[in-house]
Amino acid sequence: MVNNGLRIDFEKIIQWIPPQSRVLDLGCGDGQLLAKLQQQKRVTGYGLEINPDKVVESIDTGINVIHMDLDNLQLSLGQFLDQSFDYVIMSQTLQATYHPADLLEEIVRIGKTGIVTFPNFGYWPNRFQLFFQGKMPISKALPYQWYNTPNIHLCTFKDFEILCQSKNIQILDRTVVDFAHRKTITFMPNLFGEIVLYQIKSIQ
Amino acid sequence: MPKEIPKNSVGIVEDKIQHFSQALTLVCGRELPEYDIAYETYGTLNATATNAVLICHALSGDHHAAGYHSMKDKKPGWWENCIGPNKPIDTNKFFVVCSNTLGHCKGSTGPASINPSTGKFYGPDFPIVTVKDWVNSQVRLSHALGIQQWAAIIGGSLGGMQVLQWAIDYPDYLKHAVIIAAAPKLSAQNIAFNEVARQAILSDPDFYEGHYYQHGVVPKRGLMLARMLGHITYLSDDSMRSKFGRELRQGKINYSYEVEFQVESYLRYQGQSFVDRFDANSYLLMTKALDYFDPASDYQDNLATALAKASADFLLISFTSDWRFSPERSQEILQALIANNQNVSYLAVEATQGHDAFLMPLPQYIKAFTHYMQRIAQQIGD
Repeated sequence: MVNNGLRIDFEKIIQWIPPQSRVLDLGCGDGQLLAKLQQQKRVTGYGLEINPDKVVESIDTGINVIHMDLDNLQLSLGQFLDQSFDYVIMSQTLQATYHPADLLEEIVRIGKTGIVTFPNFGYWPNRFQLFFQGKMPISKALPYQWYNTPNIHLCTFKDFEILCQSKNIQILDRTVVDFAHRKTITFMPNLFGEIVLYQIKSIQ
Repeated sequence: MPKEIPKNSVGIVEDKIQHFSQALTLVCGRELPEYDIAYETYGTLNATATNAVLICHALSGDHHAAGYHSMKDKKPGWWENCIGPNKPIDTNKFFVVCSNTLGHCKGSTGPASINPSTGKFYGPDFPIVTVKDWVNSQVRLSHALGIQQWAAIIGGSLGGMQVLQWAIDYPDYLKHAVIIAAAPKLSAQNIAFNEVARQAILSDPDFYEGHYYQHGVVPKRGLMLARMLGHITYLSDDSMRSKFGRELRQGKINYSYEVEFQVESYLRYQGQSFVDRFDANSYLLMTKALDYFDPASDYQDNLATALAKASADFLLISFTSDWRFSPERSQEILQALIANNQNVSYLAVEATQGHDAFLMPLPQYIKAFTHYMQRIAQQIGD
């Protein structure tokens, strides 16, 4: 849904996923992540994508891609069984969905582990633009104007963690990266991290 | 009629007949002691016979899927948009076979054929054949052509249903199943339309209970009505509006029952031209095959169970404005495959053309189809 070209988050996700895992990629876009996982880690599974032109591109990569609207949860994810995938990935898509909280619950229901990545709205240039210029932030990770952005549910990673807690979702790992330096941020991550990646699971 | 054959056409083709002298036992319990299957082929079978693709035709189609029979042909085969050099089903890469279904009227044995045991037309005595019977007869054709496994079996609408049946009944015979604008069974509404079409034929005074051949007539009016009705279900409200609107043939209303609106003229033309090329008994038979199709019924009405042994990779395509076999119907197949963790890709193509969209060169559809077929071609190459 949101393509930033560089996709440093993909590299991290590929590192995280063990070979031959069963993977469901929600909002798989042009299928590059799943195709890479297929080549490098011999994973199996499906990519789900709402945009038909992206579905066509995904078919070209050789993955199993299913044209589906994730916002219609009952028709889309409802048909996947509990804990039927090793990993359910949602990379930079959560913030563009209508019901991110419900989706998050579905991710940890279907996946033994969920991987969620999103642009951190608390990243300092975002704060800077809003504070000093009084304008909605625009950056590499958030390249849209307020009126045409697909990112309708932006959050900082603190917000995300509060939601996880309220939904009984355990955070297994958190990695914060930025585009420019392509590196992991450890110092004041909610301020200096541009993209945040989580591994989560349901607390049963 | 083409002045010259387009470069991306398979060109001049001829149909072939394969005779089978071994009896075929049908689902209805009767048997055909011997029969012919008409078919066409395009492209070249490779040395290992691994590049063969079978095309299954729909209700009003036949085995003439691509190319021209002669320079006098007004139109090429029904799937010229998708079969040919550098088209989705690329005849530079694939050996393409399209066979005429049993019970049809274009060369395969059917009601308009002579029954060898009586020397008369089969007519209404031709046994009711089902999709399962068609697949069984196509398996024999595969053997006759020296093909142990199809790289892909592909079909739209009723053709897609045959592909689904193939994948269930003969999992080892196909590597890929491409099912376009199909459904796992007909809805009550679908059957209702078929029934009205059949009643139109059955109530035509020229039908003679199916023995019209002996009377030297054909139930023209009934078959024409059946086709007109069917044709409405192939189009969408939008496509009819944009094609015809309320346009009048003579520019004014004449207050009569003659053809006034363009849409009436179009439907009558479609109906009339169908009468010239289709046998009414075959049409009745084909609509019955559609109505009876329900492969899950052999598996406690569970499509996932029916598909459990299928080993093909699937591509499912539907079209947003298709109300005959809507995207939801393709999604029923999708859900069963997902439940089994089977390899499947699915696309609902944005299209205004209704069910007929599967025959049209819509860019998104052609691109997806081409990508998938290239994937298959690469696997053959490996």
